[in-house]
Amino acid sequence: MIYGLIAVGYTMVYGIIGMINFAHGDVFMVGAFLALISILALGAGGIAAGPAALLLVLLLTVAFTALYGWTVERLAYRPLRGSFRLAPLISAIGMSIVLQNYVQIAQGARVKPLEPLVPGGITLLTEAGFAAQLSYMQMLIVAVTLGVLAVFTWLVTRTPLGRAMRACEQDRRMASLLGIDTDRTISLTFVIGAGLAAVAGMMYLLRYGVIDFYIGFLAGVKAFTAAVLGGIGSLPGAVLGGLLIGLIETFWSAYFSVQYKDVAAFSILVLTLVFLPTGLLGRAEVEKV
Amino acid sequence: MSGPLLAVENVTARYGAVLALDDVSLHVEAGEIVTLIGANGAGKSTLLMTICGDPPARAGRIRFDGADITGQPTHRIMRGGIAQAPEGRRIFGRMSVLENLLIGAQAVAVDPGPELARVFALFPRLEERQAQRAGTLSGGEQQMLAIGRALMSRPRLLLLDEPSLGLAPLVVKGIFAAIRRLNAESGLSVLLVEQNAQAALRLAHRGYTLQTGRIVLAGTGRELLARPEVREAYLGG
Repeated sequence: MIYGLIAVGYTMVYGIIGMINFAHGDVFMVGAFLALISILALGAGGIAAGPAALLLVLLLTVAFTALYGWTVERLAYRPLRGSFRLAPLISAIGMSIVLQNYVQIAQGARVKPLEPLVPGGITLLTEAGFAAQLSYMQMLIVAVTLGVLAVFTWLVTRTPLGRAMRACEQDRRMASLLGIDTDRTISLTFVIGAGLAAVAGMMYLLRYGVIDFYIGFLAGVKAFTAAVLGGIGSLPGAVLGGLLIGLIETFWSAYFSVQYKDVAAFSILVLTLVFLPTGLLGRAEVEKV
Repeated sequence: MSGPLLAVENVTARYGAVLALDDVSLHVEAGEIVTLIGANGAGKSTLLMTICGDPPARAGRIRFDGADITGQPTHRIMRGGIAQAPEGRRIFGRMSVLENLLIGAQAVAVDPGPELARVFALFPRLEERQAQRAGTLSGGEQQMLAIGRALMSRPRLLLLDEPSLGLAPLVVKGIFAAIRRLNAESGLSVLLVEQNAQAALRLAHRGYTLQTGRIVLAGTGRELLARPEVREAYLGG
């Protein structure tokens, strides 16, 4: 599910400006750190954990991460708009390295732990020594992801901003001929993408309890895999891809070996690119002219 | 208001190294239909795009309604009362017809309701097909949609680039009738770029001919139709 959230950010930016934002995974990492800082700051401020505190953390995290997303677009991508296709890609990889090292210097290279904020769960069934459990944390992640995606889907399909975003995706020059400020629309796209990554970062922090400056890389590449598997440019595809990658990893770990779960995920990427380049829900590019 | 609605003064524009417009001057008065005819590659579309600031003029000045709009960003120019139905129509194929129309109005913050009613009155076909994906429309319907989308911003000047291209004669007739009606009923000014010189000159109050980036002739539609060089070059002898 977390992969799905990150994958949506990838897919959205790709869909609208035709560029893979390789720094997206690191924005997710920054989001996780900002969530940690918010939780600690609120804790120091005497605000106890609870639904209200978590919501506040979520808002703070999304706001600050969105600011990062905006800055990244402004500094690293906008000046390169209109240059050859590879330029922003290289700039994105540079931005990814910058963010990683920046967090490493600012926060240290060591793993940051956080005690579980949402303990407990329910036991679904117990049989012959096995217990199938569902923690409240997992339920929270599923609920938040679905909620965020619902809001996001509404935004893209039903609002003027979403319409402007889709217009920029299909024909940016024509969009500006209709009076749409395309630079602003693209900035907002990055801001929203970063906001989604922030939610994912916070969920990751709450779920796993440990983060470091390097989590963005692996999560980013896996989310990219999820986006490709689902069909890049397709939002439901990104969610589906995220779910599938998560399930594949889990089952692989359970039945084969945990050490090779990344190999399993990336084999999917290779297989998808070779045999199904448009992904599961990707659209074939057929247009009547 | 004094002076013309649109004044293009000594404008030069380039596409890469190619000089696309060379010292071009023309004007459109309020309530006028002006046509620009010329061969392929003469710079007609470039002129329309340059008026919209994309690419910006390298030299010269463009005024709209008395205000200098040279060098302004495209989206700001288009919010000020100019709209374009560009070459190749450029409708958003993966959006519905209705969405294509609504997006024409959203940046200028006009209430889309009355404009939508007006566009549907002009092109009833669009109303029938409003829920359909725009990419599945026929060529003529796409052209209606491109014009309708431009009208949604309630422009005072409409720039039309080759509305007749690739359409059956009957459909072209309908579109030209719609342009005439728009001009007569609401006083909309139109700058029309056309290959179909005969029909365009009949429709327009005045016309210009453009040849390799330069204005060669100017006059009323009737005058230009009568000029031997126009007959030879654009009307097939």
